[in-house]
Amino acid sequence: MNSVAEKIDSSSRIVLRSKDVWKSYDGGAIAVLKGVDFEASAGQTVALCGPSGCGKSTLLHLFGGLDSPDRGHVAVNNIEVNRHRNLLHLLRHEVGFVFQLHNLIPDLTLEENCLIPTVAAGTDRDQAQQRLHQLTERTGLAHRLGHRIQKLSGGERQRTALCRALMNSPKILLADEPTGSLDEKSSTAVFELLLEIVATEQVTLLMATHDRNLAKRCDRLLEMRDGRIHAFD
Amino acid sequence: MIFLKLIVTNLRRHRIRSFISIAGIAFSVAAMLTVVTILQGAIGMFSGILSSDSQIIIFERNVSDLFFSNVPTSAVEQIAGWPMVAHADPVLFGIVTSTGHPIITCFGVTAEDARIRKANWSAGDRLSFGQHADDVALGERAAGFLSAKLNDHIPIGHGVFHVIGILHTSNGFEDGGVFMPLSSAQSFFHKEGTSSVITVKLRNKDDADAFKAMVTAKFTDLIALEDAEFSRSYSQFRILKATAWAVGGCGLVLGGLGVANTMIMSVFTRIREIAILRVNGFSNAQIATMIFGESAIVSLLGAVLGLITGACLLLTLKLVPALHGYVDVTIQPAVMLIVILLALLTGIAGALYPAAYAMRIRAVEALRFE
Repeated sequence: MNSVAEKIDSSSRIVLRSKDVWKSYDGGAIAVLKGVDFEASAGQTVALCGPSGCGKSTLLHLFGGLDSPDRGHVAVNNIEVNRHRNLLHLLRHEVGFVFQLHNLIPDLTLEENCLIPTVAAGTDRDQAQQRLHQLTERTGLAHRLGHRIQKLSGGERQRTALCRALMNSPKILLADEPTGSLDEKSSTAVFELLLEIVATEQVTLLMATHDRNLAKRCDRLLEMRDGRIHAFD
Repeated sequence: MIFLKLIVTNLRRHRIRSFISIAGIAFSVAAMLTVVTILQGAIGMFSGILSSDSQIIIFERNVSDLFFSNVPTSAVEQIAGWPMVAHADPVLFGIVTSTGHPIITCFGVTAEDARIRKANWSAGDRLSFGQHADDVALGERAAGFLSAKLNDHIPIGHGVFHVIGILHTSNGFEDGGVFMPLSSAQSFFHKEGTSSVITVKLRNKDDADAFKAMVTAKFTDLIALEDAEFSRSYSQFRILKATAWAVGGCGLVLGGLGVANTMIMSVFTRIREIAILRVNGFSNAQIATMIFGESAIVSLLGAVLGLITGACLLLTLKLVPALHGYVDVTIQPAVMLIVILLALLTGIAGALYPAAYAMRIRAVEALRFE
């Protein structure tokens, strides 16, 4: 725990929390979040649905410390996310990101891409290799370790991104339309795998998606519209 | 290993740009190495003339150039008589002209001078030096470019001189020079009763400080310096050295600008990649290390290539007959080290802004636009 971070709640069950969060761009011209209150408990899978531009990705970015709110509080594991104080610890150990586009580095192999978070965190090499093999076995990528990203299919790339996000064993996974760039078959396969892994690893999943069919399979389905969470399950 | 691959990957992605940047540093390093080595060699040669079989040089205080120094012959006579002095040799420097050769260094020396005594006479007899006012000995290279042989008569200035010897010396200045008896030189340059310097050999080297103090006490217009002291303090040498480093430095600054440009482009083209690394926990220090690492590789490769190019260039210059023996092209390890360090520093300086820019990249903005 970061000693300088502000503790805003002592509850250990709630791992993601936002309180009256506001966020706008272009000097306030584009208001994206307008007082969002949100909570997610440990191990929950939560789907955020809503039209493009409603603020789903922005909320994920705030939880990942990639952006900061104009107003309000955002906390992960009861620690307020403060970009300048505990961001590195947050990104290295507490949250993992999966994006719509896999965001892998094309010149590196699957193995090297997956190991990036361990390089950042300075994880012991043997430990990192062990975790890599565990995750790639589980995602069916073990035979592709030495392959460059260009040689992988869209589904394989997204599974690689999933492995990378989980390399440092974070307990929170932030997925921004993780199946958005895949065909229906691959999309279902990747989503099945995602649910299976978060269940096995007891990871809390907060996923932004347009696909209501997939979203319904999460523990909770929330809808965002006009910068607010409107419908609760 | 992955970190290193992240650094090298970008160089491999943009091979031509990387090569141009490396070439920029290489040319700068080669230029610096060549200029500095040649000038240091030239300074070494000139110092070699002064320190020929001597430890101390005496010249007129506060002159900007030894060619303007006037040391009275009476001082030579007095100093030669001091018990601690093994020998004191007056040397008069001048520039003479001959047909087609407007600048030839002339050394007015006595027959006892080490330059005459210790030279390898390829033609003529050294014992005949100084017997006639119109006799001259030529350095081997000077004999070559003047097409002069033993016993030839050659025009020098408004006079005609008899070549009584040709001597070989490893010092380029001497090898390309004319040796004239001191009295003839004094008359030729209208400097009767004076020389430019006195080179002194002491019986005991440990007497150097006492000797210098004596010169200061007896001759207020003169200054005595040990050879190493002279090389360090002589303003012409200092100006030459400063010029060499400044010219080389300018080259490196240009190379550094090339690196800066490359690194800025490098950062601009991998903004998204840097954002990905940030999302995966890379710190500012790790991002900066990546940029500096890339720049350091460019600089080091450029420095190595530049050293090889510079060495080849110097070896080529050494083969040019006109420059034979004129400059010492031995590359000093210290110069190599300084050049490599400067190249590295230039590379790092060139990466400062790109690294600062890379550290300011906000992942959320870079990833928002696909």
